[in-house]
Amino acid sequence: MINATSAIIAQAQGVESGSASAIGPQAVPITLNVNGATRTLQAEPRMTLAEALRGPLSLTGTKIACNRGACSACTVWLDGLPICSCMILAIDVGARSITTIEGLAEGDTLHPVQQAFIEHDALQCGYCTPGIVMTCAALLERTAEPNADDVRAAISGHFCRCGTYPHVIAATLAAAKAPKG
Amino acid sequence: MAKQEDLRTETFPSGIACVGLGKIERVIPADEPPALPPNSELAVIGKPVPRQDGRAKVTGAVRFTADVSLPGMLHARILRSPMPHALLRSIDMAAAARHPGVRAVLPIASADDPQSASLRYIGAPVAAVAAVSRAAAQEALHLIHVDYQSLPFVVEMDGARKQAAPPVYESAEVAPGGHPSGYPAPINLPLKGNVRGPVVSSRGDVTRGFAEADVVVEGEYRTQVQTHCCLEPHGIVADWRADGLTVYMSTQYTTGVRHELAEEFGLPLNRVRVIVDAMGGGFGSKSTLGNYGRIAVELSRRARAPVRLMLDREEEQMDAGNRPGTWQQLRIGAKRDGALTAISLISYGTAGVALGAGVGFNAEALYACPNFDGAQHDVFINAGPGCAMRAPGNTPGAYGLEQAIDELAERLAIDPLVLRDRVDPSPVRHEERRIGAERIEWQRRHAPGADRGPVKRGLGVAQSLWMANVQLDSSCEVRVLRDGSVEVLSSVQDIGTGTGTVMAQTVAEVFGLRADEITVRIGDTEFPPGPPSYGSRATASITPPARTAAWRVLQSLLREAGLALNAAPEDLFARGGKILVRDDPSRGIGFAEAAARLRTDRISAVASRSDDYSGFRRRMGDAALAHQDLGGVQFAAVAVDTETGIVRVERVVAVQDCGRPINPRQIESQVHGGILMGLSYALFEDRILDQHTGRMVNPDLEHYKLAGPHETPAIDVVILENYQGNSATDAYGIAEPANIATAPAIANAVYNAIGVRLRSIPMTPAAVLAALGKIPQRS
Repeated sequence: MINATSAIIAQAQGVESGSASAIGPQAVPITLNVNGATRTLQAEPRMTLAEALRGPLSLTGTKIACNRGACSACTVWLDGLPICSCMILAIDVGARSITTIEGLAEGDTLHPVQQAFIEHDALQCGYCTPGIVMTCAALLERTAEPNADDVRAAISGHFCRCGTYPHVIAATLAAAKAPKG
Repeated sequence: MAKQEDLRTETFPSGIACVGLGKIERVIPADEPPALPPNSELAVIGKPVPRQDGRAKVTGAVRFTADVSLPGMLHARILRSPMPHALLRSIDMAAAARHPGVRAVLPIASADDPQSASLRYIGAPVAAVAAVSRAAAQEALHLIHVDYQSLPFVVEMDGARKQAAPPVYESAEVAPGGHPSGYPAPINLPLKGNVRGPVVSSRGDVTRGFAEADVVVEGEYRTQVQTHCCLEPHGIVADWRADGLTVYMSTQYTTGVRHELAEEFGLPLNRVRVIVDAMGGGFGSKSTLGNYGRIAVELSRRARAPVRLMLDREEEQMDAGNRPGTWQQLRIGAKRDGALTAISLISYGTAGVALGAGVGFNAEALYACPNFDGAQHDVFINAGPGCAMRAPGNTPGAYGLEQAIDELAERLAIDPLVLRDRVDPSPVRHEERRIGAERIEWQRRHAPGADRGPVKRGLGVAQSLWMANVQLDSSCEVRVLRDGSVEVLSSVQDIGTGTGTVMAQTVAEVFGLRADEITVRIGDTEFPPGPPSYGSRATASITPPARTAAWRVLQSLLREAGLALNAAPEDLFARGGKILVRDDPSRGIGFAEAAARLRTDRISAVASRSDDYSGFRRRMGDAALAHQDLGGVQFAAVAVDTETGIVRVERVVAVQDCGRPINPRQIESQVHGGILMGLSYALFEDRILDQHTGRMVNPDLEHYKLAGPHETPAIDVVILENYQGNSATDAYGIAEPANIATAPAIANAVYNAIGVRLRSIPMTPAAVLAALGKIPQRS
């Protein structure tokens, strides 16, 4: 899977290692940059980013399905790169910018991937959908004209039990061809 | 029986659209709408309209149970048995109750009651805690002191069948006796050791049938335990209040859960409300209240606060249901021309501590054969309970039968499709075989193992059989409001198939509106009771009353429009947002204009599912079986690397039928899902229990292997329109039939590729190499 989780975490921990004093286990105030806004919340150091988004920040579009980086349902962007938000602690995010499914559309205008998912019926129950949408949108950010294998590779860490993969691939390829608005 | 004057005769389209439609007369209730023309003549039904909740799902706005958060809500966790078989001697929750943040504790197993003290699988609930956070509840679990007495156990079916095996249940009285999966079977069957049953079924004289046969083939087939792996775990938010109980639950059947809760907690039905806005998959495993549902409600009752209980992935894998594993022995006798003379089936299956591990009715009913004997046994083992999973019984059963039929074809030197043409009485599947064979280019199929190189290709086919189920008490309300907007209400829930969308299409067709102009509110027991989303019955059950209710409302609206247009209501029709005069369509008024003339702020009608117009084959409690079965034929093209043992499915062609297709794109999506779940079953998935500890060694999503995007083949889906004139919409289900034929089609294709038949799944690389004699067979 093209997922930068481990690299990002290593990097974040490297940044943090300079500050030596221990914190926790009680909740501490942290600041996150989410969908372009600065949000302050109380988080126990053990709280993952996925939990912080879904709990104190009420951004429940990000889903937890396996909670150990195996299914990618919790995918968000960290500085534009798709990561599993269940695999990074909220406290380790630092100043990096987080984009969640709620922040992908511009106002009422859906991202082309979101629009294509609706048109191609690339979802059924919809539980894995926010994560897959984030990964496919990230693919289009870095690859202007992906082919079907590029999409497969991009989403290969995602599980969809409803079996939407064929329509996800078709939708993403269509979104790549959609006129940029 | 309705009185004569309450009935009228209507002429319906009949037959398979691509073959040619005829007409059939049906006597129908007088207050139901006229016969619906075939899809080619309709504006909204039969069109691939986008799903209603698509926007909410791609933006993350839709609310799943896991997203429900109530003021003061607590979080629950369950302590589960660490032993495969144990007697609880004592439990002490005092320290847990004192833990900061804990608001309620609930002992589940009790030393005072021998039944409750018996813990028969790893993961069986022992106690539960509700606390202000999930973490606090989890911490409290560690403070519960339990004294277990370990008992002998067995987690492997063949071992459990032996006379000396440790008994999972001490006596027949305490073992499950009925059939939990919802399909009819005798209850209180004999229990010998760990073996319950058999459920027997027979017709004709099998002994004579085999004596008359020119050839007899015999095969043994094994299927593994498959887990549902819903992406949204099982979960509930229970809110017990003095004036009633509200639960938000990821459930396939709001109405059923409401009844279970009322009974379980001694509440009147009008004090119980069940809500599910969206559910993240179920596949059969979210059909009932479940032990976790009871636990959360009881914790909420004790804590006097809302309680959220979401299972984690490990709990999902151990105690949230599974598709039982099976062993099947099939014997088929036939004349030289292929005519079947006898089929005998013996099966043993295991649903862990539960029942329901049969292999369905394919062998009994798929092919014409005068003589049949079936004996299906359940074997108890110390493992989490199985439950219904996408075509329970028939999916493992077809894996056996459809390979045995191929083995017979080879012995008779008849092409597998030609043999099926001879012995399959279904005209629908006949057409499906013809279409599928053309698409997959069946004529290029070669002799088994004929490819020369190390990568060998093959083609295979298999068929499915499923019941066309109908839920009798399925109701729907349709409202037209004074501004011309439309609401459709039912407690039916959308499991992810697009139930709300097909309801919107059905109502839009009646009113001459677009589907996106219809607001559908479902998934709430405040609305008229809808059907469950299992047994492939939601569409068949809820779209007819949706159309009937809309049609009744339309009659009122036409009366208003008739006054405005100075025309008789029966001379008017609705189309394109207008109500028009039939003989002079230039005259008309807008739909909203007609609604504005209403004397009341809204008009409304509630309709319930009537019987199929041709009657039912059988009634089973609150459900019934239509006369015609659902079918479907699937073809698979595979490539087997004989050096690595890796099987790649390159292409699947699925030709399916579901009566009248209402939304072809959503149907295609469901068929994709059925195929991928079947492919995953054939090649990857396996719940592996360690025989020495009874523990599942892969209770997650990384070691429990699921097919992913890289394993997804090219898939062609062809949907037949098969009209029978049986209801106001003539629509039936698709979810389960689409899952049945995939694994045997792949198995037959693998045989065709390598010339060696694997008689068990999953067909892992190791299993393929062992079958080829390249590595030793594992026991």
